[in-house]
Amino acid sequence: MYKSLLIDPEKCTSCLQCEMACSFEHEGVFNPAKSRIKVFEFEHGRTAIPYTCTQCDEAWCMQACPVDAITMNRVTGAKEVNDSLCVGCKVCTLACPFGTINYNQNTGKVIKCDLCGGDPECAKACPTGAITYVNADWTGYERMRTWALSS
Amino acid sequence: MGWQKKILRVDLTNGTAASEPLNMEWANLYLGERGLATKYLWENMDPKADAMGPGNVLVFATGPLTGTMASTSGRYAVVTKGPLTGAIACSNSGGKFGAELKFAGYDLLVIHGKSATPVYLHIVDDNVEVLPADDIWGTSVWHTEEWVKQHHQDPLIKVASIGVSGERGVRFACIVNDLHRAAGRSGVGAVMGSKNLKAVAVRGTVGVKVYDPERFMEAVTKTKALLWDSDGRRSLTEHGTNAMIDSMQEFGGLPTRNFQEVQFGGVDKINPAAMVETKPSGHRNLITNKACFGCTIACGRIAHIDKEHFTIVNRKEYWHASGGLEYETAYAFGPVVGIDDIDALTFAGFLMNEHGMDPISFGVTLAAAMELYEMGVITDKDTDGVPLNFGNAEALTIMAEKTGKYEGFGQILGLGSKRMCEKYGHPELSMSVKGQEFAGYDSRALQGMGLGYATSNRGACHLKHDTFAEDMEDQTGKGKARPCKDSQDVTAMVDSSGVCLFTTSSWGVEEFQQQIDAACEGDWTVDRLREVGERTWNLERQFNLAAGLTAKDDTLPKRLLEVPAPSGTAKGRVSELGKMLPEYYKLRGWTADGVPTKKTLTRLGL
Repeated sequence: MYKSLLIDPEKCTSCLQCEMACSFEHEGVFNPAKSRIKVFEFEHGRTAIPYTCTQCDEAWCMQACPVDAITMNRVTGAKEVNDSLCVGCKVCTLACPFGTINYNQNTGKVIKCDLCGGDPECAKACPTGAITYVNADWTGYERMRTWALSS
Repeated sequence: MGWQKKILRVDLTNGTAASEPLNMEWANLYLGERGLATKYLWENMDPKADAMGPGNVLVFATGPLTGTMASTSGRYAVVTKGPLTGAIACSNSGGKFGAELKFAGYDLLVIHGKSATPVYLHIVDDNVEVLPADDIWGTSVWHTEEWVKQHHQDPLIKVASIGVSGERGVRFACIVNDLHRAAGRSGVGAVMGSKNLKAVAVRGTVGVKVYDPERFMEAVTKTKALLWDSDGRRSLTEHGTNAMIDSMQEFGGLPTRNFQEVQFGGVDKINPAAMVETKPSGHRNLITNKACFGCTIACGRIAHIDKEHFTIVNRKEYWHASGGLEYETAYAFGPVVGIDDIDALTFAGFLMNEHGMDPISFGVTLAAAMELYEMGVITDKDTDGVPLNFGNAEALTIMAEKTGKYEGFGQILGLGSKRMCEKYGHPELSMSVKGQEFAGYDSRALQGMGLGYATSNRGACHLKHDTFAEDMEDQTGKGKARPCKDSQDVTAMVDSSGVCLFTTSSWGVEEFQQQIDAACEGDWTVDRLREVGERTWNLERQFNLAAGLTAKDDTLPKRLLEVPAPSGTAKGRVSELGKMLPEYYKLRGWTADGVPTKKTLTRLGL
């Protein structure tokens, strides 16, 4: 069974603990500039929306890669970048409709969310439950439940 | 680590910038942020220099925990000589700017001299430029921030800037970052303006490393949980700091109509309950709460003003959301000026952020002007025809805008209450210490607070000590000197670490020690951290003494020392400062004249 990151912007306070956890896990440094998840703020902070890769089944990035550097992790379903194969051509960054795979100038490779091998640090770091890691079949469950109660 | 071990030194007179290694000897004595910036200030300028002259030095400082995963790690401090007080100024801010400066690779930004023409500083990691600010000079903080992001085509740039008030030397102009967070007090924005420096724009991609990552993350996870589970955190998240207004009203410590009273009849219209009430028009003041960088509390309020309200009905540009009321803004635009119109208060708050001013000093200065107006000392002729009666919400918002734009009577208000009241021959009406106005706590009801106000190195301030629990328990001055002194030292240490003071609702020095010792090499013990705080406090005092301040400046206005509180639980009481102060000096190891003894200085390595 795969799990998905479920993001609820209503709960996000824009504290960026997720961005720090992500960069710390992947780069060993607290550095939002190298985070695979980004929080976007709108209208003086009225809205804050964390955004990252949704791990498409037929991932554009994976299809576009000319050297097959992006492969699916059979356990987590994550599309992972194999650094030893990636040539930094950036075609995947053009192919992704959501912009969630990006080039890292320091390494000459692309970076994207890999679900931290099945234990995403962003979800663990989020203090308000705006980012959770749930059954991929039921990302709508909580929302259904809320509406069921209110209707 | 924890530190970047690098600072950026900018000479505005020559338009040059260069990085240099952080002085680690000083870092080991002063930790970071407030303490370390104080040391750099002390070593780099003459305390007697004019605060608004080129000889003043302006330091932006992060702490070793700034930009890490420690909860509330977004803090930075601005340390300089304050134009409101002539004393050392130390203003602390959150938002995202401080962490970004650290991510760019710098612990401190030390700014010298004065540019001949308006400039702004653009920092992208190692690339630092002093650029012309002609296109933004004369514009607001909000415009400046938007312009910088567009001009450099980078929405991720973080900006700290001043408005027209700072450019024109309003004595309580502040430095605003991220639209509505501010290094708010003591006029640090006027110092920036006096240097012709409009903004500091930073983009950092280097990141921050810690000394022992594994131990650090253990400490962070533990302290994060402790903070999350605390009642203090819960209240701040749910109600914001304005929860205080109900406590102060009940207690009778809520300064009202320029401290003539200590309770305010209109509290129910501006308290947290009023902020979430849906009005018949369907409008609700509070939208949501938001956090500063790394903060797991999120006390910040995001609010909007009723579109039908007189303040903005014809001004669409203010129909958006922005930073809402906190306790100090609610107090300074509410009780102390006798106003209970929540939309007017919120609008005045927007104007403070847009134009870069300290709401506390502005509100208390306006309160003094209102008292002068009601006494007949000033009239409509002085106030541009605006009736400055207590309770006049329109006067509040008009004057906030005039002061922000440095127009008409706003130029007089921009002097601050001390200079303004002296100008009109009534210095006793200025509710300030060392020229800086009081926060929203009355010294007659909260005795320890009064002692803290009188002895705070930056003038009246509620954030440099914490005797709140003691004050609520006992309303005499007895036994207040010790907790005042001890909490001043702890606070100075917290302000030197890079995290927010609000964590102390659940963290003791031990919790700081666990995180700091894992983030930084060098064996940081609890005792050593306490000493950092005490050393910092004493160095600030040394700066003030060298600047010409004396024990005579450690006092309160006559109104608080001689006129009894008219109501509340402290009815009939005055401040017992006269009894507390000698005890405090003794505990500090200072002479009866408030001068640190040789023994004290030697003990602290000063």
